[in-house]
Amino acid sequence: MEHVVKSGAPVGQRPRPTKNYLNETTGIWSWMTTLDHKRIGIMYLCGVLTAFFIGGMFALLVRLSLLTPTHKIFGRVLMDAEQYNRAFSLHGIVMVFLFIIPAIPGSLTNFVLPLMIGAKDVAFPRLNLASFYLWCLGLLMALTSIAMGPVDTGWTFYTPYSTTTTGAVPMAAMAAFVLGFSSIFTGLNFIATVHKLRMPGMGWFDMPLFVWGMYSTAVIQVLATPVIGITLVLMVLERVFGIGIFDARMGGDPVLFQHFFWFYSHPAVYIMILPGMAIISELMPTFSKKTIFGYRAIAYSSVSLALVSFIVWGHHMFVAGQSQLANVVFSALTFLVAIPSGVKVFNWLTTMYKGNVSLETPMLYALTFMITFGIGGLTGIPLATLATDVHLTDTYFVVAHFHYVMMGGTVIAFLGGLHYWWPKMTGRMYSETWGRVSAVLVFVGFNTTFLTQFILGSRGMPRRYYNYLDQFQPLHMYSTFGSWILALGFFIMAAYLLASLRKPADAPDNPWGGTTMEWETSSPPIAHNFEEQPVLEHEPYDYRHRVTV
Amino acid sequence: MNWGVQWMLPAAGSDFARYSDTIYAGLFWLCMAMFAGIAIATVYFPLRYRFKAGRVTPHQTHNTQLEVIWSVAPLILCVVIFFIGLKGYLSYAVAPANSMEIQVTAKQWLWQFEYPDGSRTINDLHLPIGKNAHFVMTSDDVLHDFFVPDMRVKMDIVPGRYTEVWFNPTVLGKHVFTCAEYCGKGHSDMHGVLTVENDAEFANFLETGGTEWEDYFSGKDPTKTPEVWGKLQWERKGCNSCHNLDGTRSKGPSWKGIWGKMEKLNNGTTVLVDEAYVRESMMQPQAKVVEGFEPIMPTFQGLLKPKEIDGLVAFIKSLQ
Amino acid sequence: MSTTSIDLQPHGGGHGHEGQDPHFQHHFTTMEQQFDTSKIGMWLFLATEILLFGGLFVGFGLMQGRYPREFVEAHTYLQRSLGALNTIVLLVSSWTMVMAVHSARTNQRKKTVMFLAFTIVCACIFLGVKYFEYSAKFEEGLLPAKYYWHKENSIPACPAGPATATPTIPGCTHGYATFFAFYFMMTGLHGIHIVVGIALLTWIMLRANKGEFSGAYYTPVDLVGLYWHIVDMIWIYLFPLYYLIS
Repeated sequence: MEHVVKSGAPVGQRPRPTKNYLNETTGIWSWMTTLDHKRIGIMYLCGVLTAFFIGGMFALLVRLSLLTPTHKIFGRVLMDAEQYNRAFSLHGIVMVFLFIIPAIPGSLTNFVLPLMIGAKDVAFPRLNLASFYLWCLGLLMALTSIAMGPVDTGWTFYTPYSTTTTGAVPMAAMAAFVLGFSSIFTGLNFIATVHKLRMPGMGWFDMPLFVWGMYSTAVIQVLATPVIGITLVLMVLERVFGIGIFDARMGGDPVLFQHFFWFYSHPAVYIMILPGMAIISELMPTFSKKTIFGYRAIAYSSVSLALVSFIVWGHHMFVAGQSQLANVVFSALTFLVAIPSGVKVFNWLTTMYKGNVSLETPMLYALTFMITFGIGGLTGIPLATLATDVHLTDTYFVVAHFHYVMMGGTVIAFLGGLHYWWPKMTGRMYSETWGRVSAVLVFVGFNTTFLTQFILGSRGMPRRYYNYLDQFQPLHMYSTFGSWILALGFFIMAAYLLASLRKPADAPDNPWGGTTMEWETSSPPIAHNFEEQPVLEHEPYDYRHRVTV
Repeated sequence: MNWGVQWMLPAAGSDFARYSDTIYAGLFWLCMAMFAGIAIATVYFPLRYRFKAGRVTPHQTHNTQLEVIWSVAPLILCVVIFFIGLKGYLSYAVAPANSMEIQVTAKQWLWQFEYPDGSRTINDLHLPIGKNAHFVMTSDDVLHDFFVPDMRVKMDIVPGRYTEVWFNPTVLGKHVFTCAEYCGKGHSDMHGVLTVENDAEFANFLETGGTEWEDYFSGKDPTKTPEVWGKLQWERKGCNSCHNLDGTRSKGPSWKGIWGKMEKLNNGTTVLVDEAYVRESMMQPQAKVVEGFEPIMPTFQGLLKPKEIDGLVAFIKSLQ
Repeated sequence: MSTTSIDLQPHGGGHGHEGQDPHFQHHFTTMEQQFDTSKIGMWLFLATEILLFGGLFVGFGLMQGRYPREFVEAHTYLQRSLGALNTIVLLVSSWTMVMAVHSARTNQRKKTVMFLAFTIVCACIFLGVKYFEYSAKFEEGLLPAKYYWHKENSIPACPAGPATATPTIPGCTHGYATFFAFYFMMTGLHGIHIVVGIALLTWIMLRANKGEFSGAYYTPVDLVGLYWHIVDMIWIYLFPLYYLIS
């Protein structure tokens, strides 16, 4: 029976190594040419957080413009309609392609996955670095497109507007293309890693559920992303050479673009949420000090979500002019895809039943996830239901729904994972008090911003609207206030996380009492992860042999 | 049916809207119930099982019975909801045979409606109460979407093809319709008013030929004059297929410089081309046929509205 | 919580000559594991290539459904004999590639270099034939999309102007312009993959010449071989689709 302190660190902590992956080699060149998955993860983390900041600034601008129907702040009009259209388009493009798709795989997974399976690195370290540099190239191209002429097509680039409007559409589309390859290579790397680099004794059903979730994500990344690649190429070629595949004037079909686009972009939302769910599957057992409930069900549901995600894309197009038969089929399949997500939520909650639950910051985010992802998922039901979707689609109801699942789901889970693995990655503990303050502000701010938008939508406020009828102003106002609370929560978070880096690196190996392999090595880990090759010794999430004193 | 969700929705303007609202209400309360379950567990479990040093937790890896129940029950629920949604959708998807057809052309950033009798309006839709209205829609440029919140209908408008939507308005008065597919700078200003009125008022509306002409006769916009309106009718009503403006001969005489002329007819008499002659030629074209032309002009009785005729007269007069 | 009772060297070792092989990457435990993993990676990449081209195949199929007559007629302007020649050339190159992999695996340095050289020659012939085909198209005006002007066709140009709901006149140039747009896009993308293949083949040919490959380590040859076979396979689908349908 192993005795651990409440925090989970074994009584009598191992001596701390002097050299770890952060200080093993120094100098910017050693970072730029690194093949260490941990360093690449840290670089990705800096990158995606920068992207989140940029995308967030656009969001604050959009919400500020919507504060009043006159768009005036301190008596001056903030933006005109064209600038507003660019602002919401860039918010979407930056958030989707530069932040939410690469964030968890590139940063947290890169860092943690090899540790969890007892490996020294991912399967293809050079490809990993290439993925990161492709991400950087994508960022540069996106910024260039903003300088050349910000696009105003929305992140969805629907034709024929995207093939005829001014703005650097080809550059923005090609930035997304490059980012797509970054994503493909990351997914490819993780699949090979999970297949071949698991430590001796670790069969598929001995892996942490985080690995199952990331494996499922990787499958989607590899199979779906090429399709958006070719779609964007086709759209750009249409714009430049007038091919006639999407342009009605040349005999093409604008709705065909939507089919191509959503064939990727629906699986893409599972690229976004599966990693978030994967993190939650780690947080719940650790902070309940109890084994995860329904391991196999969660594992199977991750894989089935990945597969079923490929056959529901038409639910984004119920009023696009596709056939009624297509609408019926896609609606039915969409209901099917709701079940695995529900099963996971029930399993996570049941994990807490008769557990020993502590409410540190990562767990606050996990519990927030239950609420906000719950709302997001449940509001998918009236959208999947044909009769009600007709009214709700293309309104703020949809905007609220996807922010609840993407932000209330993925981002909240990402923040939980960030706080969970922060001591492992940096060797420092952040201020728990400020962590909790920030978590509460994020919860309140997020719900204030987006809960009102469900009502705006059901009352008939369409999306992507610069002007709106006066009757919608109060709800827009509350939503904007919420965005300020949310922003405050994030700024406080940035402050205490950065402040923690100034402390000495003396975090315990296992501050939370986790059972997965990353907690068996030092915080931060040594360059080659483990002193000796680990071998599997117990089931995942087995708390039977630990007593907290 | 009002199940406590009316505050979230616009006033229902049709039977389908009420039906859709019933489904919405059912889903709302169902989701609230499920959310309550999730929220209660999320708040209660951490409190009830809060951390205590030394506590040993049970090793509950799974419970097959429970897991099957909470996989199958939601599945059944989903199937039921799907069918309810399907039924509602099917009643909405196909327009009944006895519908009044209205042609809609959307373009950046306005709506053009054409009624069965040929009248046209811009951004101003009128419908008689209690009658099925079937919209056949296309776009001249990019994607648009016809959204009438009060009627709970929405359908994209796609260039290069026709899309359709229908509804039966049952509430008198004004309802908003607006574009719901992003189409550029003027997207959020692309809305209009639907006026649902009784049969007599609707007939009167059609009689006066819609309201598009108003802009051209108000004098507010120097580019919109009755002559310009008349030229539009020359294009739209097909006059241009037989009468050109450059003086050359076509199937019918050119309109260039004919105003005030003495025209020779095929029966040997002459006539002054004035307002009365022009109006008569539109309504009874066989009455006075110009020499050298065949009597092939069709009548425009019932196809030209008073304001349209006024515009054509002004236009011809201006072609000196 | 002890981690292990097996005390392996931190830098692999344990089986054969891994510690000495200059190509051994130390996050793996054996060369065999490294080779197997590399193959998985390559197959995954090839899956993405199939999906990339797949999108174009689907687009082609849908456009063919929209303009069945024009697509069938436009086929006749492609030179079947040249297409067939290219098919044979690529099949031969696939065979020489297989032989190159086999030679590398059986430590036959000179043969490896020879077969790789033959593969490159075949690839260059392929590109050469494509150059002739493309120039013929350019001269005749069988160009993609809005550049299409083929004078031999007595098909009317499609009406310009704003999009209308009426379908385009059957038999107007849209179908042909779209056909050739897809022709150039798909054969062009394929051609880019051939060019990349030539670069990869040259690279490993130079490495083979230096004696880098043997039975213990021939992974790059094997992986480039896989890539080359996929590029060949895509052409096997392109050829009948474009040249043989009537």
